[in-house]
This record gives sequence, structure tokens and C-alpha cells, in this order.
Amino acid sequence: MEMGKSRVIALLAVASIVATACSSSSGSASPAASTGPAASAPVASAPVASTAAASPVPGASPTANIDTTVYPRAQTLYTSGKQWGAPSTWNPLDPNAAMGVVGLQYETLFLYDPLKDVYTPWLAQSGTWDSAKTTYTIKVRSGVKWSDGTALTADDVAFTIAMAKNPVVGSNLWTTGGVTAADATDASTVVVKFTNPAYQEWAQWIYQNAIVPKAIFTAQNTADLFKFTNANGVGTGPYLFKRSSDVSMVWVKNPNWWATAALQLNVQPQYIVDIVNSSNNVALGQLIQGGLDLDNNYLPGIAQVVAGGYGITTYFAGAPYMLPGNTAVLVPNTLKKPLDDPAFRKALAMSINVDDIVVKDYGNVVSKADPTGLLPIFSKYVDTAQRDSLGVSFNTAKAKSALAAAGYKTGADGFVTNKDGSAIKLNLEVPDGWSDWMAAENLIAASAKLSGININPTHPDFNTVVADRNRVDATTPPKFDLIINNDVQVGNTPWTWYDYVFRQPLQVGAAENRNFESYSNKDAWALVQKLDMTPIEDLATMKTLSSQLQKIQLTDMPIIPLWYNGAWSQVNNSVWTNWPSDKGNQVIPATWNGYWQMNSILMLTQIKAVAKP
Amino acid sequence: MRRYFGRKLLTYSITFFVAATIDWMIPRFMPGDPVASLVAKQAGLSSAGATALVQYYNDLFGFQKPIIVQFFDFWAKLLQGDLGLSVYGHGRPVVESIMGALPFTLALLVPAILLSWWAGNSFGAMAARRKWMDNAVLPIGYILTATPYMWLGIVLAFVLGFSLRIFPMSGGYGFNLEPTLSWEFFTDLVAHWIMPFASLFLVMFGGWAIGMRNMVIYELESDYSRYLEALGAPQGLVRKYAFRNAMLPQITGLALQLGVIIGGQLVTEIVFAYPGIGSLLFNAIKSEDYFLLQGIFLFIIIGTLVANFMVDVAYVIVDPRTRVGMRGGTA
Repeated sequence: MEMGKSRVIALLAVASIVATACSSSSGSASPAASTGPAASAPVASAPVASTAAASPVPGASPTANIDTTVYPRAQTLYTSGKQWGAPSTWNPLDPNAAMGVVGLQYETLFLYDPLKDVYTPWLAQSGTWDSAKTTYTIKVRSGVKWSDGTALTADDVAFTIAMAKNPVVGSNLWTTGGVTAADATDASTVVVKFTNPAYQEWAQWIYQNAIVPKAIFTAQNTADLFKFTNANGVGTGPYLFKRSSDVSMVWVKNPNWWATAALQLNVQPQYIVDIVNSSNNVALGQLIQGGLDLDNNYLPGIAQVVAGGYGITTYFAGAPYMLPGNTAVLVPNTLKKPLDDPAFRKALAMSINVDDIVVKDYGNVVSKADPTGLLPIFSKYVDTAQRDSLGVSFNTAKAKSALAAAGYKTGADGFVTNKDGSAIKLNLEVPDGWSDWMAAENLIAASAKLSGININPTHPDFNTVVADRNRVDATTPPKFDLIINNDVQVGNTPWTWYDYVFRQPLQVGAAENRNFESYSNKDAWALVQKLDMTPIEDLATMKTLSSQLQKIQLTDMPIIPLWYNGAWSQVNNSVWTNWPSDKGNQVIPATWNGYWQMNSILMLTQIKAVAKP
Repeated sequence: MRRYFGRKLLTYSITFFVAATIDWMIPRFMPGDPVASLVAKQAGLSSAGATALVQYYNDLFGFQKPIIVQFFDFWAKLLQGDLGLSVYGHGRPVVESIMGALPFTLALLVPAILLSWWAGNSFGAMAARRKWMDNAVLPIGYILTATPYMWLGIVLAFVLGFSLRIFPMSGGYGFNLEPTLSWEFFTDLVAHWIMPFASLFLVMFGGWAIGMRNMVIYELESDYSRYLEALGAPQGLVRKYAFRNAMLPQITGLALQLGVIIGGQLVTEIVFAYPGIGSLLFNAIKSEDYFLLQGIFLFIIIGTLVANFMVDVAYVIVDPRTRVGMRGGTA
């Protein structure tokens, strides 16, 4: 009897393991894959299949590596950091597209280098404004092929621009962006006509938005556009979709990538395996053991790991280790007392010891923000003389005297009170579990206390923070007193930052993502719009407008810049070397959406395999 | 017999209805708007983009319908096996996520429960009759059963995974492999399975072994055993009867333990980043995906009820007194 039972159990164990093996193979290569790259698409729509059938791939088959089920370590790049859940869509128009959909698979007209402020023609051969600066002519690069073998044409580009009219795409290109027409005048020329062009936003569009194949997306250009998940899609980029599971996704090199012939660029990894983020300890273990080559997560204590001799490096060899990725700011609710008073906000800014946060909380992997809040890549727009005279820095004594001068008296408990004598207690909210920010808010509260400002650090769940932050309607002030936010990322223009700070009219509801402080200043908003309408070549005007905006910001202090959050990145050098660094290849080593086309794609052409395959 | 199971099924149905309803209510009465949070996580959206996304998600998840309609929709869909859409998966069906994770969880849970129960009971029974084994099994069993699943998992991962590098530290199978019916994939799968399995197995093993040892000693001391001995029955027969009687509380214990075991399973999966339901739950909590959470809880509720029902059935088979009781007699 005992024998029988154990045999049954053993059988059960084996059966469940086999079941595991069979059921987790979503999107793995099917035998059909050898007939054409699009044929094995799990969601192959009719146009995909017919295009593939009509035009077989000439020359080397891009399916050469598709059938492999084991990826040799020396040819595979393991990344992590972008995916916070199973990859769910490969539609390049969906902001939540899986890691690398825009950049590795679909490409943009230009690349933009935020570190040097340079635009590089990519799918475009060139893009030029006419002398009146109302018509923009795009020459589409010749010799670029979609992965189904058809050629990229001006039609595809014009179609992609026209798609921005679809409300689902969520673009203001055809409204405030100023575009009035986008036509393919011949096979390689697209003429885009504007009235009142928003030059800064157009410059952003040409490097941020992927060009999609008209043949496939025409049928999808409806209100249900995002329901089209486009696994195994047809792109122009250096990688093709291979497979995806709940915990990882795999890209395989496209042997027919246009840039190899046109620009002598060759992406080195044969396979890229992107691993869905798990917990910090697992990520750190994988990185140290060499199971992960590039990790784009914030890992606490990374400075010790870099010093620990594990072969882990970062962009800078020492502090701040990372390139700045965005500015963390303290957002006051300017519709509530006493935060409606610029004098109080300035005193609050003076009361916060940011250096303390940089050292104690972050161990020097971040750096203190400029008083203007502009990222270091925008330092040329900073009016330094004005900043030095108007900007505030941490000084408890000055904060105290500023509060006294503004009429805030100190109560019996040592904290300042409102002018009517009522107590001040400001709730500072950061999302629960964001451990670095939770530590920061405690340091902020402790530091502000020395100046007599009573801050109560709280950490409700993320949904509550968002609910307290957003304005319900145009007349009700939002619930929060103070929050920390860092929504503005690295980009091509300081306009994005000023749009974030001064946006008018105030948005309401779930879509709110600008001007959380509810600061209304019509003059400032007029300047922001003027900046948007300034051609990117007109640096002098951009500087002048920025300087005027900085004056308003430094005087009125609608938000309080704290520190530069890093573009978190740590790499293992055991399989791949020659990573980006301040000494060598100066690109941001990041895999997040929006970064590949900011030159990060070049990182894949620069890294070198340690072992020859 | 029919009345017994009929009553059991009714109890389970009511439990299921109440549990599922509470499960449905929780995310809806949480503070905040999941769509607003989803959009808030997309830093760098233009304001037009954010507006479009809010509209799209509200339509997708049906949040614009009245709450009571949402409730009936939930039950209508549930009865068709549809658990709704994952917010964080941006509309990916919850069932798809759960089905992807379920085989991994079952592959850990089923062998761990059955093997530990069998091995624990065998060792416990043996320990009860051999002094030297008792001296070994008792302290080891106490240490094992008192060990938190998570802690044992971390120790195993550190020693066998990080320091000695015998087994891979995390994942369900190597990221360098695609699931195929090959020897290479199978061995890799087993290598990834051993440590999480071992940490579940060892903790449970300790508990069962101690329980069984105590039960057998108790039964051997009881009147019927002594009576049998006095009648001159062979030692083997006495032990056989004692073992059978000692088994009954262990079966009840299994039913009671299921909830605890599932809890241990969840943390073990998180420690080893094993891609089962536990890791999925962890990710759902991290990303505040209430619909995925709701779906997972529903699955755990169903799983626990089914397992309990199976134990009920097993009990009827194993314990003749239950059968007698069903027919209205008394044992």
C-alpha cells in the first residue's frame, strides 16, 4: 500500500512539472515561423499575413535565429528595469508598450542626444524648415525595409503623422501643435504644413514617436486602437519579437537592419532578454551573479556594491554614480493657507536640508537640484546671476527670520502659527513602499522642525496619494498639503519643465499631470506658450524666455526643487563590457520607454562581448 | 450520504458567494481611482495623451457603469469563467495571468503537501517506536516546524544558491531557455524547483512528524491497544490499529492547515521569485492591481474550498464512523 501511494505521488509531481512546461510557452516559436516572420504571430491580423505572403523576405532570412530555444550566454544581453508587470502590448502607439517596442523594433525619424543636445537623422534622411518656418519637409531615408520585406516609404510617415488625429493616440499635434497637413509628395518626401507651429513640441515629436507601417495600422486606426496588441509586429528596427512570458520577453537580432549598411552600426547582442522586475534582493542577486547585465532599478546601497569588487559599474565611477533622470520636487498646495503665501513657501524651501537627504537617504547616488529645478542638461538655459541673487538655499536661521518677517509667530509648542493664530500642521504624502522617499520625507520633516515648521510625514498607498493630489473640479482645492513628485523626465526642451510648473488652465480629474500646486500666473503661462513657439535653433530667445520664467519661479516659489533622481543604471562587466560612462561612450544606459531613441540604442552597438562566441 | 454531501455543498456554495462578494467589494471601496493611478504612473505623458488614456481605461474596465450593474456584470462574467481585466496588465485578462502562474504553484504545492504529509507521518510513526529515532526526529521536527517558510527559503537561497551556487536562486526556469519538451529544459525546471520545494517540504515535514509521533504514542497507550496486547496480539497488529487511529486527526489537520500552507507557499514563491500565484499576488499588490488581486483571492478561495471538500470525501472513505453517522447510527 505504501509503495502504491508513493508511486502515485511521484507521478503527480512529474505530471505537474510537465504541465508547467507546456502551459507557459505563450508566443514561443511555432513550426510556422520558418515560413515567414509574420506567420507565427499569435494575433496575426489579416493585413500582416497577406503582406508577408505577398512579399517574401529577400536575401538572408530574418528567421535564422527564431527557432533557437536556448540563448547562448555570450550572445545574450539580460536587462531589467522597465517592466513592472508581464509585457502586455507591443503596439508602439500605446504608452505602456513593452520594453524596446519603440527603439528596438519600431524607430523614430530622429534620435536625440540629451547629453549633447544633438538631433541625429534616423528613419529620416533630413528634416528642414522652409524660410518662413511654417513648412517642414522630411526626406525619408532610402533603403529602409520593414521586417516583412516591404520598403519604408513617405506614405508610412505621412500616415503616422495623420494618426495623431485619432483621439486615442492622445496627441495635440493637429490642435495646439499647429499641424494642418501632412502629405507624401513623392516616395521619399513628406511635407508637413503648420499654422502657429509649436516648434519645441514638434522637435519632441520627431524623436519620440515611432513610425508605423501604413499597411498594417490602417485597419487598426479606430477607437479600439489600443486593443490591437501587435505581438510579433512588423518594424524597421534592429530587433524582432521572439517570445514573451509573464516573467520575461525576448528580442532577437534583425539581420537585415538598415543601419548596418547605411551607418555601419551593428548591434552586438544576438538576443535581448528583458526580465520583469521582481524584488530588490532578487535583482541584486541576479546582477552580482551575472544573470543580469544591465539593471535599471533603484537598488539601495549600490555604492557599496560598486566598491565591493563584483565587477558592477555605474555611469560615473564615484558620486553621484548615475546620470540625472528627473527632478524630485516638493509640491505645495498653493490654494491652502499658509502655502498660498510665497513668503511662507520660500521659508519652507530654506528650511529643508537637501544635502542631508543626498547623503543619509541616498548614499550620494543623487545630487542636490539647482534652485531653478532644471536638469543639468539644461544648464545653458539657467540665468546663473539671477539664480544666485534670487535662489534660496538651506539656512535655518534665515528661514526663521523670513517667517518672522512675514508675520508668522511662534506658538508655545515652538512651531509657527497661521497669521490668525491657528496651528499649522502640514501633511506631507509620499506613496507607501517608496522607501527612499519615505526616508526623505522624515528628513524633510526633521529639518523643517528646526525652523519651526510643523510637517507631518505620512505614507498612504499610491492610489490615495493620487486621489488627494488631483483636483476634483475647477473650484475645489485638492486635499493634499505637500507631496513629492518627479514626473518630468530628461528630454529635448526646457519647455516641458515650464509646462509642468505653470500649465494653464488647471486640469481636473484623473488625467491631471501638470501644475499640481495649482499655481495660476497668466504672465508665466504666456511666456511658456511663447517658449513653445520658439524655433529650437533660436537659442537666444529660448534663454531669454527661460530667464524670465526662472525669475517668476524663484520669486514666487510655486514648487520647491529638491534633488535630481538618477537615471538608475548598474551594469555587470563579466559578459558585456564597454558600457556607457563619462569616460567613454556618453549615452544614458537606460531601457525605459522613451530612452532608446535618446541615443540609448547606440549603447547596443558599443558594448563588446567579453568571450568570442 | 447524499444528504451529507448535499449539506456540505450548500455550505460551500454560501461560503463562496459571501467570499466572492466581499472580494468584489474590497477594490471598489478602496480609496482612490485605479484609472487615475494608472495614468499617474505614466510619467511624461502629454496632457492630451493623459486625457485620452483616462477615457480609454474607463471604457475598458467599465467604470462608468452604475455600481450595481458592475456587480451583476461581475457575477455574469464569473459564471462564464471570466475574472475581468487586469488594470496593471492594461486590459490583459486576469484569467490569462492566473493560468500562466497556476502550473508553477501546483507543481510546488501538490508534491510538497503530499510528500511532506506522507514522509512526516511515516517518520513520526517510526519515531514513536524507536528510541534513537525519537531522539533525532523530535528536536529536528520542532526546529523545522517552528521555522518561518520565508526564513528557511532565504537561508537555502543564500547557502545553496549564492555561496555554493548549486541551485539557481530565482525564477521558474532559466531565462536563457524557452519551454520545450527537451531534457535540457526539464532538468533546468527541476533545478529551479528544488529549493522552493525543499523549503516548503521541510517546514511541513517537521509539523506532521511531531504530530504523528505524539498521536501514535497516545494511541499505543490507549485502552484498546493495551487490551489487544493483553490478548496477545502481535506487536505489528497493535501498531497497525494505532497508526490507523492516529491518522484521523492528521487528515483533519491537513484540512485545517491548507490555508496556512498556501500562505507559506506565497512567501516562498516571493523569496525565490518563483513565477506562481504567490509572485503574481506580490506583483499585484505592488502595482495595486485590485482586479488581479480580486481574481487571485477568488482562485485561492475556490482552491481552499475544493481542497477542503476533497478532505471531507477522504474522511468519509477512511473513517467508517462517519459513514455510520451518515446513516443515522452512532459509533
